[in-house]
Amino acid sequence: MKIPSNILTLLAGVTLTLVSFWYGQNHGLMPVAASHEAELVDELFDAMMVISVGLVLLVEGVLIIAAIRFRRRDGDETDGPHIEGNVPLEILWTSIPAVIVLGISVYSFSLYQEMGGLNLRNQPIEPETVQVAYAADEAGAMPLMASADDASKSTHTASAGIGPTREMAGQPPVTVNVKALQYAFIFTYPESGVISGELKVPVDRGVQLIMQAQDVIHAFWVPELRLKQDIVPGKETELAFIATREGTYPIVCAELCGPYHGAMRSQIVVQSPDEFDTWMQSQIASLDSGVETVAAVPAAERSDADYLAPLAQPLNLDVEADALAQLQPPAHSHGHPPYQLAARLD
Amino acid sequence: MAQIEILESPSQSPPPPQVHGGERKWTDYFTFSTDHKVIGIQYMVTGFIFYLIGGIFAIMMRTELATPEPDFVSPEVYNGLMTLHGTIMLFLWIVPVGAGLANYLIPLMIGARDMAFPRLNAIAFWMIPPSGLLLAVSYFFGPPTAGWTSYPPLSVNTGLVGEGIWILSILIGGTSSILGGLNFSVTMLKMRIPGMTLFKMPLFCWAMLATSMLILIGTPVLAGALILLAFDLFAGTPFFNAAGGGDPVVFQHLFWFYSHPAVYIFVLPLFGAISDVIPVHARKPIFGYQAIAFSSFAISFLGLIVWAHHMFTSGTPPWLRMFFMITTMIIAVPTGIKIFGWLATLWRGKIAYTTAMLFSLGFIATFVIGGVTGVMLAAVPFDIHVHDTYFIVAHFHYILFGGAVFGVYMAVYHWFPKMTGHMLNEFWGRVHFALTFVGMNLTFMPMHELGLMGMNRRVALFDPQFTDLNVMATIGAYLTAVSTIPFLINAIWSWRYGPKAPANPWRALTLEWQTTSPPAIENFEELPVMKTGPYDYGLGYIPEIDPPELYGKKVSEPAAS
Repeated sequence: MKIPSNILTLLAGVTLTLVSFWYGQNHGLMPVAASHEAELVDELFDAMMVISVGLVLLVEGVLIIAAIRFRRRDGDETDGPHIEGNVPLEILWTSIPAVIVLGISVYSFSLYQEMGGLNLRNQPIEPETVQVAYAADEAGAMPLMASADDASKSTHTASAGIGPTREMAGQPPVTVNVKALQYAFIFTYPESGVISGELKVPVDRGVQLIMQAQDVIHAFWVPELRLKQDIVPGKETELAFIATREGTYPIVCAELCGPYHGAMRSQIVVQSPDEFDTWMQSQIASLDSGVETVAAVPAAERSDADYLAPLAQPLNLDVEADALAQLQPPAHSHGHPPYQLAARLD
Repeated sequence: MAQIEILESPSQSPPPPQVHGGERKWTDYFTFSTDHKVIGIQYMVTGFIFYLIGGIFAIMMRTELATPEPDFVSPEVYNGLMTLHGTIMLFLWIVPVGAGLANYLIPLMIGARDMAFPRLNAIAFWMIPPSGLLLAVSYFFGPPTAGWTSYPPLSVNTGLVGEGIWILSILIGGTSSILGGLNFSVTMLKMRIPGMTLFKMPLFCWAMLATSMLILIGTPVLAGALILLAFDLFAGTPFFNAAGGGDPVVFQHLFWFYSHPAVYIFVLPLFGAISDVIPVHARKPIFGYQAIAFSSFAISFLGLIVWAHHMFTSGTPPWLRMFFMITTMIIAVPTGIKIFGWLATLWRGKIAYTTAMLFSLGFIATFVIGGVTGVMLAAVPFDIHVHDTYFIVAHFHYILFGGAVFGVYMAVYHWFPKMTGHMLNEFWGRVHFALTFVGMNLTFMPMHELGLMGMNRRVALFDPQFTDLNVMATIGAYLTAVSTIPFLINAIWSWRYGPKAPANPWRALTLEWQTTSPPAIENFEELPVMKTGPYDYGLGYIPEIDPPELYGKKVSEPAAS
């Protein structure tokens, strides 16, 4: 006696759901999450994986079953049944996906809001605002702040990026100016004037990156933070985040910026607040003693090998920098240098 | 559709004087012919040659990416390969091959003797070879290296010659595409045989109507953007130069206003083709004809208002990101209607494992993966993480290889007998399918993980932690390259020596199968009559079969029965 087909279908549906949920939670496809934003993105990704795996298994399953069950038998020249459609079924498979994608949209919207994606314009950058008066109203005491524009004409109003989250409202963030150029990131801490080739930030504290590009479009991406933002010449973009896990993670340029785009990498070091302060003090001290460490202007006649040496090391490339430089075509017929060296730091 | 009278078939009585009347001399394909069938084949063969060239570039890239170091080619050459691979595959393979199919099939499907504007049609085709040669030759004179997206400021400061050639080539190709779109839509709207209403057209025609609309609206915008870019490049104007008061992000908007709809220009013709192939090889009417027809238009309309989802991490304000997220999500609905419609067509059908059907099954199986990753990418918070990574590369190859390339192969295996008068070898067809399917998945599946884990795209050198998955992808790419060999040999050999094809080897109901294979010069000896709707399987209509004595030797049973 055969098992009724609707029971088989039910079992298949249950199995498919369980497999989708299991895989959606255990895919192991994401790097470690080192920020609050990363946890939110992973939450969204896991949910979408559950739905996607379910849908893909459903479609592939139907395909395979149809291909086996409804294969043409030898010598069968007849047609299948004349079925032109089934309006209720079509309405069903139109409306279910519509509900799903609208659901994902709403969910994404709320996560984006929680990540601070909508906080760009109404959040002037901290240091410029000045308290000018103190006024009390019914809601409580409210300091009157001079608008950022008044305080300084050079105030940043980022044109794109991810703004600060609600958690960052408590204390002023560590602000870092990021300058992107072919093929490096330069990080400046405006409060102290410290300049660094890698980004050091304290753990569990708000960080705000104000980013500018010097030559072409670059993008700042830290996979472990799940944050990316293009750095567009002539615009200022921002990223704000709280790193929640100590460690060293790669910073990757994600927008094609020239032949050595793949070598445009740096790293972000998330440290305990003490370590960060110690590092900052030592940098300030070396600044005071006049030791120019990072902001050395590369000489125009620096060879390609000199330029590439620091890039070869973090990439663990198994070649000498000289060899890297050899890969360059020696002459450039079109008259443009293959890349511009970091000519000036403002 | 069902209520059309069955007319006595007039062509039954005297056997047509010249069964293979349409067979052309090979030299005809090098002439300025105005026959839509010649032009269709010219488009498809030219497209396929560029597919092989683009494929060679892809193999060189994958060879470079087999190791983390830039050791096979220099990073600068790599960027040239990457730019040419993308540009050639999109503008010289998928677009021309879709136009070729449309050229060949539309007049036959609607019972016309030719396209509405035959001379314009020939002009449109003859723009493709110069456009392509320019690009391919640019490899030797400093190729464009700014990617197929060619974003300024990078594109205006990486070499005048390459970028100039790139702009000129795409302007020529775009003009050709506009002329084609115009021709297709006028032909379909004005030249159908009496009795064929819009809702009795095969679904391929519906898809081409929607495609033509996109071409006509989108391509001029791209042309405008490229002309501005050319001024920036040659005359030093600052349209996209921030230092002179321009804005590089504006180029991205203009570029994607065309180039997102372009994705649908690439795949919609194949969506149409698969809607015509599946019912034939599964002997069952297409499920939900009107829903599939309208969904093509829904896709092309929505396709016009989703472009900025390519720019979620660019200089775009938050409200814009949210708006384009929602429109992009909604486009999954009409796409889903198509996929479910194809599945329901297969269900309870009588599925023949012909190569055309295998490629249809492969199309659905891979396209659905590209579809769900597309919905994921629409979600802004997730897209911010994976934008410009290998996850994107995986996604669009599942659409463009899994959808478009599988679709083209499917169409070739299905319509080859009609086009050439010869049957393709089914055994080597199945080998071709198996190798392509495995190779394709082996190449692009690992790229999802690469992107999620942190590998950015368009790099010649990468973090060594990603080596294993890259090696896997490279092996897959070699396998995919090998998979084209059986196809090439099969196609060339069968074109000359393959068994003669009957007029209607698959017992299909659409009009193109009512004429000889290959069709006569003016397509039909006398104008065909719609005896049935295009998908009226299961109502007892038996398509006429040519008497086998018309052919030199007995036709091998093609339907794999």
